[in-house]
Amino acid sequence: MKYVLLFVETERFARDLESMDEEARQAAYDAVGRWFAEHAAKITHSAHLRPSHTATTLRLEGDEPLVTDGPFVEGKEVVSGYAEIEVADLDEALAVARSWPACPVVEIRPVD
Amino acid sequence: MDDAQRELARVVREHAGRLTACLVRVLGDFAAAEDVMQDAVETALRRWPAEGVPDHPDAWLLTVARRRGLDVLRRRAVYRDKLARLAWPVPAEPDDRLKLIFTCCHPALPRQAQVALTLRTVCGLTTAQIAAAFLVKESTVAQRITRAKRKITDARIPYRVPSDAELPERLGQVLTVIYLLFNEGYLTSGGDRPHARDLADDAEWLAATLARLVPREPEALGLLALVRLHQARAAARFTPDGSLVLLRDQDRGRWDRRAIAEAGRLIERAAALRRPGPYQLQAAIVACHAEAPGWDDTDWLQIALLYDMLLALAPSPVHRLQRVIALRHAPPPRGGAAVALAELDALPPGDRRTLDGYPPYHATRAELLRALGRPADAAAADRRALDLTANPAQQALLEQRLVWT
Repeated sequence: MKYVLLFVETERFARDLESMDEEARQAAYDAVGRWFAEHAAKITHSAHLRPSHTATTLRLEGDEPLVTDGPFVEGKEVVSGYAEIEVADLDEALAVARSWPACPVVEIRPVD
Repeated sequence: MDDAQRELARVVREHAGRLTACLVRVLGDFAAAEDVMQDAVETALRRWPAEGVPDHPDAWLLTVARRRGLDVLRRRAVYRDKLARLAWPVPAEPDDRLKLIFTCCHPALPRQAQVALTLRTVCGLTTAQIAAAFLVKESTVAQRITRAKRKITDARIPYRVPSDAELPERLGQVLTVIYLLFNEGYLTSGGDRPHARDLADDAEWLAATLARLVPREPEALGLLALVRLHQARAAARFTPDGSLVLLRDQDRGRWDRRAIAEAGRLIERAAALRRPGPYQLQAAIVACHAEAPGWDDTDWLQIALLYDMLLALAPSPVHRLQRVIALRHAPPPRGGAAVALAELDALPPGDRRTLDGYPPYHATRAELLRALGRPADAAAADRRALDLTANPAQQALLEQRLVWT
């Protein structure tokens, strides 16, 4: 079964990353690199998203399409990337997500 | 609940979970198996009171479930074929109820759904019985169960016993659900709902079933001991007119000494596994009370020590307060009112803030202040306790009852 792990950043996480020195930040990136290497056999696809200030949202529910600046929910938590994994069940997906070393929230959604 | 109803509940509980597990195995579909079994249970509860419990209630239930399954699942050929081949007696298989329990208590399901699903699937309660026990609408419970089952299927929550790596956390979830059920039943028992199913019985049965299925897990044994110790004192908890009797005033002659001794042996068995945990320690604390011949003969220092160990594993302001109460009754110089008050006032500010909304905290302070000759301060603390109790702080009141009875 395929699941998408949505990686969610919080303001605090972004601040912490910002305030790190070069060495600490590199260590954090290396940890993410190791995670992807470790789970490479299960990861079918992944991407890191540019920061939320680059986002544009289009609402198609009204008479006219409405274009707005920013992500679709304005909040302290924003999706910053995703990885699609192929595993047997939710427990395996949870086990993979559990070892994620970066941003503090991960949403797990099964894919049809 | 009268004897006939209790017996009916017992019979259904004994078989429902096992048969559901059997149907899940045959059909390979948790939701479908659960549905047809629930139908069989409802049919049994309608017919058995008039017709009498059949000689082989499990065969009866399975036959009804199978017929029901052939009927409702007739458009799904795979299921129909599987069910058609299912005949009584089903071949002996290992007890699959553990898988059932772990799936129902999966952390990806909301807590209330875990509770409802466990009661329905493992204990064989009907949706109506669950609704009555929790004083919520039947449609609310039905919806929780439908959503939970949909998530189990769609998000593929597995139906199996967790791996060794996952087990401690997952077992913790199961224990939490059982303990929650027990508290719910224990706190509402003896009330004005004589026809409600006794959730404390169901929780005790679940704890016993779990302890049998994972006999090498000390916390499962600890929880069973804890539940049995509370149940052993049930007869002394209420006056004939239904009001609550505090531990101090309970007639200890009415406690079930044999059950207390058995719980003590469970605690020893758990301790021999050398993995202490919060349920084992809470059971040991209740055992200290249960084994004492009287309130004044209680080994309060031992209780305070057990609270120290409990706090090291599971810090909680309420347990800190209870430790102080134990110290208050322990002999000086290590115990006594002065020691207890000093400890109480030395609690971390965060704990004191939490306890400030908790009536027993102020009642305890009032008692200590009075014992130490400070009547004005004691009266102020009393008023604070009373104010809080007069508020609709039902939750705190309920907790208070659990702590003190």
